[in-house]
Amino acid sequence: MSCWETIIDYGLRSQGIGERLLPRSDFTLCQQFTLIGSGMIWNIYFGIVALCTGFFLATAVALGKASHSVYLRKPAEWFIFVFRGSPLFIQFFFAYFLFLSLKSQFPIFSPLTSAWAGALVVLFLNTAAYSGEIFYGALLSIPKGEIEAADAYGLSGWARFRRVIWPTMLRLAWPAYTNEAIFLFHATTLVFFSGFPAFQQRGDALYYANYFADKSFNPFIPYPILAGYFIVLTLIVIGLFGLVNTRLNRHLPQARRKKLRIRPQILR
Amino acid sequence: MSMYYAFGTVLLLLGITAPVALSFGFAGASAARSHIAPLRWIGQTYIAIVRGIPDIAFFLFFVIALDQGFEFIRHKIKCPDWDEPIRQGNDFVVCTAAKLPLGNAPQWVHETYGFALAVLTFSIVFGAFAANVLLGAMRAVPLGQLETAQAYGMTRRQTFWRILVPQMWVYALPGLSNLWMVLIKATPLLFLLGVEDIVYWARELGGSKRPQFTDYPHPDWRMWYFLALLVFYLAFTKVSEVVLNRIMARLSKGQATAAGEAQRKAAA
Repeated sequence: MSCWETIIDYGLRSQGIGERLLPRSDFTLCQQFTLIGSGMIWNIYFGIVALCTGFFLATAVALGKASHSVYLRKPAEWFIFVFRGSPLFIQFFFAYFLFLSLKSQFPIFSPLTSAWAGALVVLFLNTAAYSGEIFYGALLSIPKGEIEAADAYGLSGWARFRRVIWPTMLRLAWPAYTNEAIFLFHATTLVFFSGFPAFQQRGDALYYANYFADKSFNPFIPYPILAGYFIVLTLIVIGLFGLVNTRLNRHLPQARRKKLRIRPQILR
Repeated sequence: MSMYYAFGTVLLLLGITAPVALSFGFAGASAARSHIAPLRWIGQTYIAIVRGIPDIAFFLFFVIALDQGFEFIRHKIKCPDWDEPIRQGNDFVVCTAAKLPLGNAPQWVHETYGFALAVLTFSIVFGAFAANVLLGAMRAVPLGQLETAQAYGMTRRQTFWRILVPQMWVYALPGLSNLWMVLIKATPLLFLLGVEDIVYWARELGGSKRPQFTDYPHPDWRMWYFLALLVFYLAFTKVSEVVLNRIMARLSKGQATAAGEAQRKAAA
């Protein structure tokens, strides 16, 4: 079987399209590359959707934590503490079983027991908490002069937030937020290793890599392939975030613009 | 009862891994700034290779790879006249004397071996992160301190052990405490390595794969078990946070950093 046929058969296997049976023995390199790459669709899906939705909740949480009102601040603080203080792995498990018992009470929750929705909710809340903390830190380090200048121009309320505070907060938070995005993509590999079942063996990249390693007792091929895919994904994320970073910093003099650097050593 | 031992397993893992990973990190960081080129390359590769790839992939990879590596070495030493290839298609075959642990070993040896592999894996992965933190800390020690030491006629070795190492901890501590938090949150991954830890028990106790065959007098309680785990981890994180803050305050005493300066001003 040529490599092209393998790609047609397994290229969209993680979405349930194509050949139903996974290869069982005598794995070729092409099969491993195709299936693991096909699983990356899930990682990208989880990452992108959770990032885009989590961004808004993160802004809200950061504002809540910085607010003067106790009724806004306390819930935001607790939300951040709960999601940053406990392992994502346990959160997945807990959410899965929580959704299971909710499902037995109210059938309306049944989509949440499958990975595409349930795990997404957990990732969304998790990234909102981590980015919320990053945004909160940035909010505190906005230069006092910028807010005073906004006041002097007669901006207040929503206009001041939209035009001065929010862009500055994003600009200051962006390097750390890029890092968070990278870690979020890495964290998506946990989904199918927690409670969430891979329906009809439609799993993510790590699921297939693990499948190959289990079947062939040879971890030296599938895991490096997976690592390669993730390094490429990380580089793409850094590239895209770098574009946004350039735009956020476009008003600064050339010398003060900070380029995004790859800093994988920083942990989440 | 084993469930309660499982909490001990997690704490034991943390207790062993933290110092081992720290020494790996120290060795890695010292190697990475060594003047002997091959040693420096080893240190830098070690730091570079572990970062940037999902840690869970490393956990899955290293356990098999280390296991096979040990068996391969023992095979070479113990059965030199074995002529069949070790990799036969999908199988990894070594002679019986080289099996780790030996096939006739009692159960506890198997469990301890699995646990030791897990500890080694955790230490290798977190050692690389620690190495990076320590490398940064060694660079952060003011150059003037080292130059003064040289001016007093200290050798390189003396400068390293008497000036650099005692002073680097205050710079390393924020990074290391972050690492400790991440390590705590990585412990549930033990479950993936086949060690019977708390996640394993929480899953097992709640119900089996086929709930109709279980005769627990209560409905599915796994949700509550995982809630308990969540609370356990939250409490553990909180306690660590408080303790680490105390250590930081103690270490900052008399240091030429912002925190040390603030302490001096508060006292004066």
